Amino acid sequence: MAATDATRDALESFDLAAETVRELNRRLHERTATHRARVLNPGGRHSIAVGLDGPHEVEIEGHVGYYCAGMNKLATVRVRGNCGVGVAENMMSGAVIVEGSASQAAGATARGGLLVIHGDAAARCGISLKGADIVVRGSVGHMSGFMAQKGAVVVCEDAGEALGDSLYEARLYVRRSVASLGADCVEKEMRSEHVEEVRALLGRAEIDDVDPADFRRFGSARNLYHFKVEHLGSY
Amino acid sequence: MCGIAGLYTKSPALEAQLGAQLSRMLEQLSFRGPDSAGVAFYREPAPEGWCKVSLYSAATSQDWDELAAELALAFGEVSLPRVRATHAVFVIEADAEAAEAWLCEYHPELRLMSAGSSIEIYKQAGRPRDFIERFELEQIGGSHALGHTRMATESRVTTQHSHPFWTGLDLCLVHNGSLSNHNRLRRVLQREGIRFQTDNDSVVAAGYLTWRMREGATLEQALEGCMEDLDGFYTFAVGTADGFAVLRDPIACKPAVMAETDEWVAMASEYRAIAVLPGAEDAVLWEPEPGRVYSWGTAPVA
Repeated sequence: MAATDATRDALESFDLAAETVRELNRRLHERTATHRARVLNPGGRHSIAVGLDGPHEVEIEGHVGYYCAGMNKLATVRVRGNCGVGVAENMMSGAVIVEGSASQAAGATARGGLLVIHGDAAARCGISLKGADIVVRGSVGHMSGFMAQKGAVVVCEDAGEALGDSLYEARLYVRRSVASLGADCVEKEMRSEHVEEVRALLGRAEIDDVDPADFRRFGSARNLYHFKVEHLGSY
Repeated sequence: MCGIAGLYTKSPALEAQLGAQLSRMLEQLSFRGPDSAGVAFYREPAPEGWCKVSLYSAATSQDWDELAAELALAFGEVSLPRVRATHAVFVIEADAEAAEAWLCEYHPELRLMSAGSSIEIYKQAGRPRDFIERFELEQIGGSHALGHTRMATESRVTTQHSHPFWTGLDLCLVHNGSLSNHNRLRRVLQREGIRFQTDNDSVVAAGYLTWRMREGATLEQALEGCMEDLDGFYTFAVGTADGFAVLRDPIACKPAVMAETDEWVAMASEYRAIAVLPGAEDAVLWEPEPGRVYSWGTAPVA
């Protein structure tokens, strides 16, 4: 249908120097059909494009504050700048692409979808990850992957201290140095299926300047989260 | 939650606008700290052999001219008081310690907000916007400044409990976070002769820096000592006569963003407070690493 195509192709612009974030989000939430939106002058404001629930494409032209694209479902949100705390927190599906760097707790508790950060991510990247995939072209800060349960974190540069502390079943891949491993996180053999997983994730993230074979894999030693009767006294 | 802002100018043109730009930063941080606000400006250093003091009076009709006359009798020359709302700044022909001792003895009803060569501290309980307007902050120039918006968690909401806290000649501290061992540390510091004007947690961090530097530590060493001796969460910004320093605790729950252009260096709790500065879109931006001391200006105070 022509009308649908027209809706699909229309690019709606929001200028946050003139409109509020509340108004932007309200209008994005109202859309049911696929929608393309461009957000100008984000100015570090919080909660931009949160709670989207449709296959929209949102492009944000600048730096954003906290919780950008939080709870995202189906939409693709691209940030042409840096993000504050908690970008794509609790994302359910879709994709969030950050062209700059992200502050702490990027992708916290995210259950599905893909978070790509082309710069660095600060502390606690992927904390309590529950099934989403995170690809960071730069480095991640301390306590990344803390208590991560499911999904993968691919770090193309370095990881900070206590990587994967109290890890459950998320898979962590790091290409360069790891400052230290957290409790119950161990290095594991990088088998061919893991190289393929990294290759696929890098492909989805459109990162083509790193070799998937260069990564090391880290996972849970599974000593901490399994109840063992002989450890009863230490619980 | 509190908000911190720091702005260091690199050009005379921006020096004239320091207060106006810092005010814009504070407004962006108002929602992080609607209880109270305060600033420290570094400007117009006192001549050699003179000192500058900032005083706060809770009295509704403080006679600052009368105080100037008393100071003149005690010390010789004194500038006319520059009054801003409840505060006044005096430049006195005396060393700062002597002026401080005299004020404590003869005017215990006044609060010494700061003493040094170039520092001026102003603060007030209430909304940051009201503070900016009442103190005509936008008119104040200077080389660099720190600001704070407060959401109290540990102690009362009063002007005296507001930040910045003066920590010794030309030094001051603003804090976002909370400290857990401040009561015990306060007793330790009191035994070392450090005096406290309030029961804040943050004022203990300020007293700690004063004590460490009195014992010979550099500012950087004193800040590094915080990581050993303070238990709690913090992003600190410390103003010095020449610049400012920033430290986040190693766990780094409290945010900070830094930015630099050819015209200025800024730090703030959130990027939105930097976004309002001229040229912010082209600034180099980064998040200060946990547990690392950053400083601007000439070498940190010895």
